[in-house]
Amino acid sequence: MTSLSAFTTEQLRELKRIKRRSWLMSYAMILPAILFLLAFVIYPTVSMFIMSLYYGNAMNPYKKFKGLDNYKVRPDFWVALRNTAAYTGMALVLVMVISILFAQWMYKSRKLNNVAQTVFFTPHLVAGVSAGFIWSWLMSSQPYGLFNTVFNALGLSTVRWLDDSSTAMFSIVLMNTWKNVGYYCLIIMSAMKSIPTEIYESARLDGSSAFKTFFKITIPMISPQLFFLLITITTGSFKVFDSVRIMTNGGPGDATRVLSMYIYDYAFERNNTLGYACAAGILMMLLMVAVTVFDFGFVEKKVHYQ
Amino acid sequence: MIKAIKNYFVQPKWGLQLFSDIMKILLMIAFLFPFYWMIVTAFKSYTESMAVPPTLIPSVWTLEGYRSTFNSGLDILNYAKNTVIVTASVIALQLLIMVPAAYAFAKREFPLKGFWFGIVLVAFMIPLQLTYIPVYLSMQSMNLVNTLWPQILPMGADAFGIFMLRQSFKQIPDEIIESAKLDSAGEIQIMLRIMLPMCKSAMVTIAMFSFIGTWNAYFWPLVMTRNESVRPLTMAVEKLRDVEMGIRWNSLMAANTLLVVPILIVFIFASKKIIEGFAYRGMK
Repeated sequence: MTSLSAFTTEQLRELKRIKRRSWLMSYAMILPAILFLLAFVIYPTVSMFIMSLYYGNAMNPYKKFKGLDNYKVRPDFWVALRNTAAYTGMALVLVMVISILFAQWMYKSRKLNNVAQTVFFTPHLVAGVSAGFIWSWLMSSQPYGLFNTVFNALGLSTVRWLDDSSTAMFSIVLMNTWKNVGYYCLIIMSAMKSIPTEIYESARLDGSSAFKTFFKITIPMISPQLFFLLITITTGSFKVFDSVRIMTNGGPGDATRVLSMYIYDYAFERNNTLGYACAAGILMMLLMVAVTVFDFGFVEKKVHYQ
Repeated sequence: MIKAIKNYFVQPKWGLQLFSDIMKILLMIAFLFPFYWMIVTAFKSYTESMAVPPTLIPSVWTLEGYRSTFNSGLDILNYAKNTVIVTASVIALQLLIMVPAAYAFAKREFPLKGFWFGIVLVAFMIPLQLTYIPVYLSMQSMNLVNTLWPQILPMGADAFGIFMLRQSFKQIPDEIIESAKLDSAGEIQIMLRIMLPMCKSAMVTIAMFSFIGTWNAYFWPLVMTRNESVRPLTMAVEKLRDVEMGIRWNSLMAANTLLVVPILIVFIFASKKIIEGFAYRGMK
């Protein structure tokens, strides 16, 4: 307080003015971003919840109040949920295993490895639509389909890939594995590169086998990144849409109708079911939050942070 | 060169290494093959595209696929124009909105800063798949559904981008700003003359993410548009499948190259930068 008395009231007023102008300036800087986030992210989320309590359509979302009626789960929701779970499970196993193997195989800095990293990453940049079309073409069950030509040449029988309800979902997972594995591999690789070489050196001196070193040193050391992968792959799988829509559009039957597609159908392709769509969307968000919380609660304890 | 080859064969376990390297090269070929297959199919004739067994290299290279894409009755150029306009606008709008916000969050003190940043954090966790229904309804009530705006405006502020820019603004030492203030430089001058040049790299990364994201966008335009004249190229490829009687893979792949090749070209010229950006995003 004593220092204040060094200023005259005139100077104090001036200081206050500068300070106020300075924070007005700060607000002017953040205002556009905050307004955009409020208008296009926060408000829609709240509004989605309110709409989920009503019966209505895109023209008039609030025709009739129905309370929590829309949250009574319908049988086709279970189908969508089961399909999403199947997709997520397959994607988790395939992407995790392959990206760890690839990373272990080529994390060392060599020219060939650097080229390989770039090559494996390339599909990640391409539109889901494009990738979906290319793979639908490769997986065509017609006699001119490339995969089947190769299979037949190897003496294997024709697979009907996307046209068979038992293989359709796996085919989509396969395409998305090709598309995403390079990205996840990149993350694991940079984690592997940051493991101090002395640790490997002392393991080698202790006569630890390569196998043992991998499971006792590499895997625990990269567990934060594996944890990140677990969360991103799971939440990413919940949102999968583009590739499914292009490759099977939910079919054959309902075999690949995933949650995001279920929501889309009820929102736009049917009458007066906007409330269901919103309720399903809210459930999907809760599921995603639950998965993340579960991961943080149970899996994170096993994660080794440096 | 010869020395390098010699060195290769004197390393211990060179046989194993050679085997591993050959496998790696085969795997790379397998990973790139779908792109190769798209391109050669685009240059095959309709009859050749359905030959049994398929030909690995077109026996006749033809532009038939491209011709049938452009003669399909779809205004491909208009779709492409929409993609280009939307992509460029999103990049410009994002930089305009996010750079000042990130700067204020990184370098300035103001009341309720934590609260406002909390909003950014919350927004970061909400996926687009959840917000589209209300956003579409508001666009409809503002009569914007038949314009390009619904594809541009909602992308204006990207919470992740704000994080990333804020991080790189934070790395600039405060002394630089202080000394600029002593030289009586104004806020805007400080931002334009000092901050922006020092954050060029982060801004290029942001622009790159929004280029790739917007160029490839399919879900958002699908739910935001009801009119072919405002739809982007991704939707044209899908539409092409529906308008042609039976699937013409050569023309479909030809249209697909229009979508894929620009991305691949950018990647070839900036692969290092792009990979670094994605790795950074993964590490947070």
